[in-house]
Amino acid sequence: MNLYHYAAPATFYRLAGRWTPWFAWGAGLLTGIGLYISFFVAPTDFQQGEAYRIIFIHVPAAWMSMFIYLVMAFWCAIGLAFNTRLSFLMARALAPTGALFCFLALWTGALWGKPMWGAWWVWDARLTSQLILLFLYVGIMALWAAIDDPKRGDRAGALLILVGAVNVPIIYFSVKWWNTLHQGSSINLTKAPSMATIMLVGMLVMAIAAWLYTIAVALVRVRGLILERERHTDWAQEAMKALKEA
Amino acid sequence: MVWQSGTEFWSMGGYGLYVWGSFGVTGLGVALEVWLLRRGQRSLLNRLQRMQRWEAQ
Amino acid sequence: MWRFLLTVIRRDLLLAARRKGDWLTSQFFFVMVVSMFPLGIGADPEQLRRVAGGVLWVAALLASLLSLQRLYADDHRDGSLEQMLLSPQPALILALGKAIAHWLIFGLPLLVIAPLLGLQFALPPDAIGTLVIALAIGTPVLSLLGGVGAALTLGLRGGGTLLTLLILPLYVPALIFGAGAVDGVLAGLGAEAQLSLLGAFMGLCLLLAPWVTGAALRVSVD
Repeated sequence: MNLYHYAAPATFYRLAGRWTPWFAWGAGLLTGIGLYISFFVAPTDFQQGEAYRIIFIHVPAAWMSMFIYLVMAFWCAIGLAFNTRLSFLMARALAPTGALFCFLALWTGALWGKPMWGAWWVWDARLTSQLILLFLYVGIMALWAAIDDPKRGDRAGALLILVGAVNVPIIYFSVKWWNTLHQGSSINLTKAPSMATIMLVGMLVMAIAAWLYTIAVALVRVRGLILERERHTDWAQEAMKALKEA
Repeated sequence: MVWQSGTEFWSMGGYGLYVWGSFGVTGLGVALEVWLLRRGQRSLLNRLQRMQRWEAQ
Repeated sequence: MWRFLLTVIRRDLLLAARRKGDWLTSQFFFVMVVSMFPLGIGADPEQLRRVAGGVLWVAALLASLLSLQRLYADDHRDGSLEQMLLSPQPALILALGKAIAHWLIFGLPLLVIAPLLGLQFALPPDAIGTLVIALAIGTPVLSLLGGVGAALTLGLRGGGTLLTLLILPLYVPALIFGAGAVDGVLAGLGAEAQLSLLGAFMGLCLLLAPWVTGAALRVSVD
């Protein structure tokens, strides 16, 4: 089948090299448009003033951190089921960017929370689960870093990611439930301000930009990983020579 | 246009610290990742070539 | 299959009986961590009662991580783990047996110690009863999920710290429901909801964790 052709490391290496600039430029362009919308098109919010503009990065970052984890789990499941080496490399290439977005979601959440609720941090269900998601990312990357054997690292990381993927919804539920018990209704963060269409558009543009950025970065990273794994093959040595000359 | 002047834009209705703190750190984070990635690629290439030479001996 | 399971459990219990100092350390660790808290936050009984559930549970999580480091390490070092994996029995049964043995050695003694510590924290009798029930349902989760981490980090440098990083976030539901059960009784709300959720989580772990642990053992030993 055609898919197997693309899953061959040599083919994918070349394709990834060709695609990367498109995704990178797309990400840059959309970030520009998204920033323009966030600062010059979107009107001032009548409740939150200008501070609400943080959502244009906060919400996409939070989305991305969760979505990247799901994509990693997907690749790991594929890798374990069909024994495709490339899938594990995809998971490895995505994790650092996922952790970055997770951190940014927490950081911007804190900076948004301070003016809105008067506290840098509240033990709200979403913030708390986001923090635990960051812990999961850190754990996975620490496990990869500790295992020298690539094959063992791939599989061990995949198992951990899948266990985490089953656990994340349970963690979210438990934290949410714990939250309602301990704080009652003193702080209600779920009440979103009515969202103007232009805000939604801005958020979506930023989210797509984050997507393209993630793909571009992951492709570059996965190329490096492929080269490292395939360094004994002829095509990889030629590719290295070509890179050195460039 | 939402903003009347540059200073108004930078002050963000008094929320400048929070808004620019968020956007600034996001920009820094992304820039840092791209920089690390580039540096990583270069050092990977050097390392692989060194290994190659070593294995050839 | 049953016989293999029983053999694994009996073997671990015999080994533990021979090396008493080994497994008692994590129980003493539990007692010591819990006893540090009144020294740190003050001896006001009202305050101690409020934090008792959380403190005891967090200490139990940490103590379990301490004991889990060696769950597979000794067998790995002397080669018996490899032998057991080569046997025709599924690795899942091995992992289940190891988790049961770990619970008998680690979890069961906690159930005996916890009421005494509960008294030190000025817990009323019904809350102490709930604490013991919650620990009885929740500590198997620690053994089961911890087994996954122990299998993944087998033979790695800095395995103990790594194990903590990997597994502590996964323990969160057990911590929340377990400590919540004690708080529920103290608040007069009852603990049925928390205990049944904890039970459901334990059931899920019982279903999935041995399977994942078996796969992880194969990955780590090959």
